[in-house]
Amino acid sequence: MKFTTAIKAVATAGAMALMMSTAASAVTLQLHNGADPGTLDPHRASGDWENRVIGDYIEGLLTESASAEAIPGQAESWEISEDGTVYTFKLRDGIQWSDGTPVTAGDFVFAFQRLFNPATAADYAYLQFPIKNAEKINSGEITDFNELGVKAIDDKTLEITLEASTPFFLEALTHYTAFPVPKHKVEELGDDWTKVENIIGNGPYLIKEWLPGSYVRSEKNPDYYDAANVQIDEVFYHVLEDQAAALNRYRAGEFDILTDFPSDQYQWLQDNMPGQAHVTPFLGIYYYVMNQEEGQVLSDVRIREALSTTVVRDVIGPDILGTGELPAYGWVPPGTSNYVENAYHPEWADVPYEERVEKAKALMTEAGYGPDNPLTLQLRYNTNDNHQRIAVALAAMWEPLGVNIELFNAETAVHYDALRSGDFQIGRAGWLLDYNDPSNTLDLLKTGVSQDGTMNWGNNYGRYSNAEFDSLMAQASTELDLEKRGELLANAEKIAMDEFAAIPIYWYVSKDVVSPKISGFEANPKNIFRTRWLSKSE
Amino acid sequence: MLSYAFRRVLSAIPIALIAVTICFFILRLAPGGPFDGERALPPTVLANLRAHYNLDQPLITQYFLYIGRLLQGDLGPSMVIDGFNVSDLIRIGFPFTLTMALSAFVIATVIGLLAGMIAAVNQNKWPDYILVLAVMLGVVVPNFLMAALLQLWFGVYLGWLPAGGWVTGSIAHLVLPVTVLAWPHAARISRLMRGSMIEVLGTNYVRTARSKGLGERLVLARHAIKPALLPVVSYLGPGLSYLLTGSLAVEQIFGLPGIGKYFVQAALNRDYGIVLGTTILYMFIILALNLIVDLIYAWLDPKVRYR
Repeated sequence: MKFTTAIKAVATAGAMALMMSTAASAVTLQLHNGADPGTLDPHRASGDWENRVIGDYIEGLLTESASAEAIPGQAESWEISEDGTVYTFKLRDGIQWSDGTPVTAGDFVFAFQRLFNPATAADYAYLQFPIKNAEKINSGEITDFNELGVKAIDDKTLEITLEASTPFFLEALTHYTAFPVPKHKVEELGDDWTKVENIIGNGPYLIKEWLPGSYVRSEKNPDYYDAANVQIDEVFYHVLEDQAAALNRYRAGEFDILTDFPSDQYQWLQDNMPGQAHVTPFLGIYYYVMNQEEGQVLSDVRIREALSTTVVRDVIGPDILGTGELPAYGWVPPGTSNYVENAYHPEWADVPYEERVEKAKALMTEAGYGPDNPLTLQLRYNTNDNHQRIAVALAAMWEPLGVNIELFNAETAVHYDALRSGDFQIGRAGWLLDYNDPSNTLDLLKTGVSQDGTMNWGNNYGRYSNAEFDSLMAQASTELDLEKRGELLANAEKIAMDEFAAIPIYWYVSKDVVSPKISGFEANPKNIFRTRWLSKSE
Repeated sequence: MLSYAFRRVLSAIPIALIAVTICFFILRLAPGGPFDGERALPPTVLANLRAHYNLDQPLITQYFLYIGRLLQGDLGPSMVIDGFNVSDLIRIGFPFTLTMALSAFVIATVIGLLAGMIAAVNQNKWPDYILVLAVMLGVVVPNFLMAALLQLWFGVYLGWLPAGGWVTGSIAHLVLPVTVLAWPHAARISRLMRGSMIEVLGTNYVRTARSKGLGERLVLARHAIKPALLPVVSYLGPGLSYLLTGSLAVEQIFGLPGIGKYFVQAALNRDYGIVLGTTILYMFIILALNLIVDLIYAWLDPKVRYR
C-alpha cells in the first residue's frame, strides 16, 4: 500500500517536472494591460485594454502592421469603385474559426448587422456609420437589416457600400467594431458566445482563461494563416490599474511590457533603465471646455481669449507632468492623416508671455472685469492627480488677470454628467482619436442637433456654435478630393480656434515601458502593438 | 440555544429587505449613470443600452423587477463588466477574497492573542515595548503604503517573493497580501488582549488563585485567559467582516482577483447590479458573523447564556 503511494508520488512529481520543462520552453509574454476588460465581445468593447485582448483573438478585413498601419487581414485584397463608395473585398483562402468552421463573407455580413442592431446596444457602433443605412438601422428607423450596405456576393467576396466616399474607411475597418463574429456560435449561444468555455476566434491567439481582476490568458492559434511567423506562444494580459505597483512588478521581472507608468517616474526610468521607457505622441488632445451657452460669462469671446492665451503650455508637459507632453495650440493632433502639411499655429503663441498677459488684462477690462471687479469661475475636473496638478497650475496662471478659480472635482461619471448637461463653467476633457482622421476631433465642435425640442450637444460640451464652421464641415464630408477636403477641414479648425472654442492644453502621449528582452515593438501614434509582431528572448 | 438562533435568522429577513431597498434607491439618487463615461453616447445607442438593462422603465418597476429576480437568486447583469453577470463575478471572486481574509484572520488572531498575552505578562518590560512599536506600525501605516513598501522590498530589492499576481495554488503569492491584511488586525487584537488581560490579572479571583498556591501558568490557563478573551471575541466578528470588505487596496496593488474592488469601483461606475449584489453578499456575511459571535459569547460567558 505504502509502496504504491510512493510510486504514485514519484510519478506525479515526474509528470509535473515534465510539464514544467515544456512550459519553460514556451515563450510567454507578460503584458500589463491596465483595467479589467469589460467584455471580450468586439461589438461591446470600448477601451484600449479590451482592444489589446480582442485584437489578438479576432482579426478584421484589415489589421494593423507592427507600426499600426492598416494592412490586409482576413481580406487578401480589395477594389474601390471610382466614386469611392463601393468596396469589394476578397477573403483569404483557408481562413477558419478555431473550431474548424471556415470564416465566410456571411460572418462579416452577420457581424455588421449585429453591430448596428439596436438590441446589441453597441457603444461604438457610430464609428462604422459611413456604411450605407447603418445609422438608420441603429436608430431603429430601418428594421430590415438586409438594407444595410454590407452584402456577401459569395463565401469569399464581400461588398460594402458607403453613404458617401470616406477617405478613412479602410483605416476604420481595422477597428474592433468591424471585426467578424462566428455566426454559427452567436446564433446558437447568443451573448454567451464570449464566455471563456464557448469562445472561438480567427486571430493569431485564442482566449484560454479569464480571471476577472487578475488576468486574461491567450495561447497561440496554430490554425492562424500567419502562424509560422508568430513567435510568442502564450500571453498574459494582466489587470493592474495602480501604476506604481505595475512599475514595481516590472522591476521585479514579472511584466515584460507596461502600457502606462507614473509620470513622475519618467526621469527615474531614464536614469535607471535607459531606453526602456517609450513616450510617443499619441493621437489625442487634452483640453478644457468653456460653457458658451447664452447667458454664460464665457460666451464672451474676449474672456475666452484672455484665458486661453495666458495658459503657459510649455511648462505643463515637461514640468508639471514630467513626461514631456507637447503643448497644443490647435485642435487636430500632429501626425493625423488626410490633413494639410502646416498645422494651425496662432500668432499669439509666439508673442512673449508678458505681452500676452498685458493684452489679456486689457481684454478683461474691456469685458468689465479687473482687480476691483474680479471674475470668479468654477473649474471642474474628474478626480485624478494629474488633472489636479494642471487645474491648480491654470488657476495660478489666471490669477494675474483678476480671475478667481474655484476648483471642483468629482468622480468620472459625475464629472461627465455635469459637462453633458451644461452644469459647469470651465471643465476638463480629453479626446483620443477613434480613427486617424481630422474630422474625428473637429466633429467635437459642431453645433448640436435639435431633437424633440431639446438640443443634443453630444461631445460638444462647451456648446460652441458657428454656422460657417458647420458649413465647412458639411462640405468636407462630401468632398472626394483628399487635398481639398484637408483644406476645408483646416479652415474650419482655424475658425474655431480663432474664436477660442475651447482651450487646448497638450497633445497626449502614450507611455510604455518595454523590456530589452522584447523585440518587434514599434512605437506608433495609435499605440497599438499586436502580440503577433513581438518576440521575446529569455 | 437553537430557537434563539432560529429567531435571529428570521429577524434578519426584514432587515435584509430594508437594506436592499434603501441601497437600491440611494444608488439611483447619485448623479451620473453607468453609461456616463468620457464620451457621450449617441442618443440612439444610449436608448438601446438603457432598454437592454430595463433602465428606461419607471424606477418603481425596476425595483420590483430587481426584487423579483433576487428572490429567484438572480443578482442580474453587470452594466459595466459585460462578460459576466453579477452572480458569476461573485462566484469567481469570492473564494479568493475568502482565502485571503480567512488566512489573514487566523494569522492575525493567533499572533494578536499571543502577543497580547506576552505583553500583559511582561507589562512595561522590553517585550511589551517591542509589541507597542509593532502595533503602532500596523495601525499608523495605511495598507496601500504598507503594500507598496513590502512589494518594493521583498519583490524588487530582495526578490524573495512575487511582487504581485495570482497563480492558483501558490502560497508564495499569498504571503505579501496576507501580511498587509493581517498586520493591523494582529495589532488591534493584541492591544485588546493586553488591556483586558492586565485587567483580569488584577482581579480578586486571580489573586485568590495565586494565594492558594497555583503556579503562574495554571493561573493564566485556567482563570485568566477565558474571561480576558471576551472583548477580543466581540471584536473578531466585525474584524472578519472588515477583512472581507477591506481588501480593496491589497487587491489592486497586488492584482488579485477578489471582490473587494467591485464594491468601490462599481459604485464609482454606477454599476447598479454589482453594487447591490456585493452589498447583499456583505450584508449576509455581517448578519451571519454577528450571529456566530453572539453564540460564542453565550458559550464563553455563562451570564449571557442564562439570561
